[in-house]
Amino acid sequence: MGKKLLLEHINVPGIQSLEVYRKMGGYASVEKAIKTMSPDEIVEEVKKSGLRGRGGAGFPTGMKWSFLAKPVGVPRYLVCNADESEPGTFKDRYLMEKIPHALIEGMITSSFALGANTSYIYIRGEYFYVSRILERAIEEAYAAGWLGKNILGSGYDLDLYVQVGGGAYICGEETALLESLEGKRGNPRIKPPFPAVKGLYDCPTVVNNVETIAAVVPIVNHGGDEYAKIGIGKSTGTKLISAGGNINKPGVYEIELGVSVEEFIFSDEYCGGIPDGRKLKACVPGGSSVPILPADLLLKTSTGENRLMSYESLSEGGFATGSMLGSGGFIVYDERACIVRSTWNYSRFYHHESCGQCSPCREGTSWMEKILHRLEYGHGRSEDIDLLWDIQRKIEGNTICPLGDAAAWPVAAAIRHFRHEFEYHAKYPDKVKDTKHTPPPMPARVAVG
Amino acid sequence: MSNQTVKFSEEAIAECHKIIKRYPAGKHKSSLLPILHIAQAENEGWLSSATMDKVAEIIGITPVEVYEVASFYSMYNLKPVGKCVLEVCRTVPCWLNGAEELVSYLEKKLNIKVGETTKDGMFTIKTVECLGSCGTAPMLQCGANYHENLTNEKTDALLEKLKAENSRKSYTDII
Repeated sequence: MGKKLLLEHINVPGIQSLEVYRKMGGYASVEKAIKTMSPDEIVEEVKKSGLRGRGGAGFPTGMKWSFLAKPVGVPRYLVCNADESEPGTFKDRYLMEKIPHALIEGMITSSFALGANTSYIYIRGEYFYVSRILERAIEEAYAAGWLGKNILGSGYDLDLYVQVGGGAYICGEETALLESLEGKRGNPRIKPPFPAVKGLYDCPTVVNNVETIAAVVPIVNHGGDEYAKIGIGKSTGTKLISAGGNINKPGVYEIELGVSVEEFIFSDEYCGGIPDGRKLKACVPGGSSVPILPADLLLKTSTGENRLMSYESLSEGGFATGSMLGSGGFIVYDERACIVRSTWNYSRFYHHESCGQCSPCREGTSWMEKILHRLEYGHGRSEDIDLLWDIQRKIEGNTICPLGDAAAWPVAAAIRHFRHEFEYHAKYPDKVKDTKHTPPPMPARVAVG
Repeated sequence: MSNQTVKFSEEAIAECHKIIKRYPAGKHKSSLLPILHIAQAENEGWLSSATMDKVAEIIGITPVEVYEVASFYSMYNLKPVGKCVLEVCRTVPCWLNGAEELVSYLEKKLNIKVGETTKDGMFTIKTVECLGSCGTAPMLQCGANYHENLTNEKTDALLEKLKAENSRKSYTDII
């Protein structure tokens, strides 16, 4: 098994079509699964693979699958989360656009494993053109007998549909997604019950990210043990990283988990370093919700180890000195970036995207945006920094869904690591009124943690 | 309620009924989001209350179920918009690569502010949150199309092209 599992054939001309995809070995996992494996055996292989949810939370996929309730006579559903809206993340769009059958194949194999006869791909509305690509691929799969009644003569039936959303970040949260798929506002549900017991239409449902479902294909083809040999420790397999911000080569890279962050940013194989010889200032390594890290803590952990692109290494040190792998939305900042302006931008985003159900999130995100705006535009006060800290602390953990945490963490991390920039804004309003002001230099690190 | 004419071509109605069939019996409300996109594309890019009432009738749900959903999601316009809505992504990865400059350039070039429509009804500028195009920033969406890695020159060319085409751009366009 090479280290490219999902994007190996991405540059093969015509790979969007079923014909070429088949020539490259496509749909072998469906054949193997349906003809030679029982659903439980597939779940077992996924468990052995150590695959973790690629949408951001990193929850073990096999375990999530094994929680699915199986009451007799009640339909079960597999819903693919293609709502990809975490700022900095564009890997699922790339995968679906370039190699749509990889997702369709994964959906068929996974639906068979879960005993679902109807499955949906919920895609964000802005990706309408991608939904057309998926629909064409699904039509081809139906025509070739990979979908529909009695697939491969096995007696197994599956219908697969694409559902477009209406533009709402919150619908990436799995219960909000289910509400939206039912034709309602995307208000997250109180858990429990979890979707595995009561999901779509109150039936047992598994919701998995696009990349997670695509990863089931190589797992079934090569076996869970082989998959688990790739990567490092509990971060098995490969991960798609969407790299953007101030780098020479933005794009989607499939990495074997365990590559060092330094290599990922500076090597020509990946990001190719920072443009025009500027210095690396900071990075949000896993989508906008995860804590920002200054360059020194990004490249080395607080104990001086090389920081690696893995679930464990990126979170080493907890939030005091670490961050998270998250969705793999890797946002790089060069030395010119103003962290206060960046944090204001994130807070505006979370305020805009809060569904409004829970008061701490609905009110708190609005207050944080307002306070960050006044700091950034030279009307701030020094007490604002502690006020921000207080608000974010009161949002975290006090909401129905993780959007509250996602709104709180970027503010907390920015103050934790770049407090001097917030102080500078409060102290020198005239200097920061120019939105292109040069940020103050990073002070020497006194104590960590 | 409203006196506006609501347009739904026969093809559009047929498409709506096809969508409704995707869901189990009694779960027809699931078709609401996709059908709102069709309704918007059929009705000058926005949803009047009359249009939403028609959507409720097609699906067989109450009008308020349509209003509460249409007002929740950012892609549904509840006010008239220009033929080409220029939706500029403003979130951090785009900001790091010149999204603010792109917005200012468009404002200056079209002589309108964000949220406004040009007098000829051609362009509306809207700022939106992350469109999943962070590796090709700065960018804007117009209808179904993503226009990426924009420079002033590319933006000029895009505006010229859109003006010459002089047609309404919808998310549901096939590209």
